Amino acid sequence: MMGKVMKNRISRNIYFIPYVLWISLFVIAPILLILYYSFFDIEGNLSLINYQKFFTPVYLKMTLSSFWYAFLITGISLLVAYPTAYLLTKTKHKQLWLLLIIVPSWINLLLKAYAFIGIFGTYGVANGFLEAVGIGKQQILFTDFSFIFVSVYIFIPFMILPIFNALDEMNPTLLDAANDLGASRWMTFRRVIFPLTLDGVKTGCQVVFIPALSLFMLTRLIAGNRVITLGTAIEQHFLVTQDWGMGSTIAVFLIIIMFLIMFVTGNRKQGV
Amino acid sequence: MGNKLSPISKAFLVLIFLILYAPIFFLVFYSFNSGGTMYDFKGFTMEWYKELFQDTRLLIIVLNTLVIALLSALIATIIGVIGAIGIRSFTSSKAKNTVLSLNNVLIVSPDVIIGASFLILFTMAGIKLGFYSVLLSHIAFSIPIVVLLVLPKLQEMSPTLIDAARDLGASRWDVLTKVILPYILPGIFAGFFMALTYSLDDFAVTFFVTGNGFSTLSVEIYSLARRGISLNINALSTLLFVVTLLLVVVYYFITQRVRQTGMGGKR
Repeated sequence: MMGKVMKNRISRNIYFIPYVLWISLFVIAPILLILYYSFFDIEGNLSLINYQKFFTPVYLKMTLSSFWYAFLITGISLLVAYPTAYLLTKTKHKQLWLLLIIVPSWINLLLKAYAFIGIFGTYGVANGFLEAVGIGKQQILFTDFSFIFVSVYIFIPFMILPIFNALDEMNPTLLDAANDLGASRWMTFRRVIFPLTLDGVKTGCQVVFIPALSLFMLTRLIAGNRVITLGTAIEQHFLVTQDWGMGSTIAVFLIIIMFLIMFVTGNRKQGV
Repeated sequence: MGNKLSPISKAFLVLIFLILYAPIFFLVFYSFNSGGTMYDFKGFTMEWYKELFQDTRLLIIVLNTLVIALLSALIATIIGVIGAIGIRSFTSSKAKNTVLSLNNVLIVSPDVIIGASFLILFTMAGIKLGFYSVLLSHIAFSIPIVVLLVLPKLQEMSPTLIDAARDLGASRWDVLTKVILPYILPGIFAGFFMALTYSLDDFAVTFFVTGNGFSTLSVEIYSLARRGISLNINALSTLLFVVTLLLVVVYYFITQRVRQTGMGGKR
């Protein structure tokens, strides 16, 4: 009897091996390697110089500006996504409309960025419009505006989805109750709808803010290297200057920030 | 909540949809421009598509991308299903939560971190950057989403189904292949499709771990786009858009059909 239980346990563990191997090799090891590399300078000597460098004004300013852009992108996404999600829940066939919101997010990111190079270019549609209205040609590509606009464009479906789900799960009788008790529409929103959908908002902010900190492709294609995010800095150190130590140090801080954000926006009911 | 949408609300929604789809249709529209630029539409042409199909280098890259996507999705699905079954068999909820948190690390990690850390990993392990490093990375970042999509299906399966099968004399293997797998099949399909789209969509991770000589579509589009506008990319994106739409439709119908034929659940 005991033998059979033991054998069961072993055979159970054997088939679990590929998954455990994946966790140790591709989840735990990479994080440890990043941490390990952050203690080496560019010549490969053990040192804390990277951490010292990180706390110089150059890197602190970069971190701060990266935060500022991520904050703007998340904020604007939320401002656009919330009403959109709210109105979507009120349409007939709301699942179909939601699917239509999600479809663009399945189009390759690079292609969307590429489209905006055309739209915002010197002779692009946007400038054509500005000229027609009488404002005249402007430099749109390679500005903060284009960077934030395109980022919001890319992230908006990811913000809409969790908010939509939260709104959709909400019990409609609560709204009737608030209404019967004489609450104004604003009051109902502030006291009933918003608190009940806060989890969705938190998830949305999390799935937008963390990637927004680490964007690097858009900063090159759309912002023309004017914006340097933490992601751009990591990419630069790893692939251009080959200073893996400094790149890893920035990555360590990005990981810490990521855990902090997950902690703040935590207590979600479900994953993703 | 039966009240109708006001005209302003409708206009707002229309505007959002317009903005979401405008860039895509913009690309499609100019892929037929004989003028060769993304402004000033001169006339209709299929030239860019012809050029696309004569560009063997690009076709090889498309093929690479598809092979990587299919292989990585397949392997990730297998490992993910194993993982989900394993996680479900845990009795202590603490162990379960720990493994689930570890599982989700790669989902919330920014692409840059995944790319950079995998680059270190492959370099230290002595794996040459190229096809295999890209394949391994894609498998690695697709596994957690498969687990997350399969696990709920496993959890909604009533344990009495397994007990019944065991009582009726089914072996462990029979239970797995004749009871569990058919039941969680919708979750497996969903996981496979998600893994497929993750792989097809990925740019940042691939960008880090692909060496010289091997390229996927995203990386190729990036290097083309950095050089400026070429309508080949537009033609390519039109084709990709059509393929994506087809995938969405297939995915939608699979999940719809599955929802209708669900059976034996706890709910």
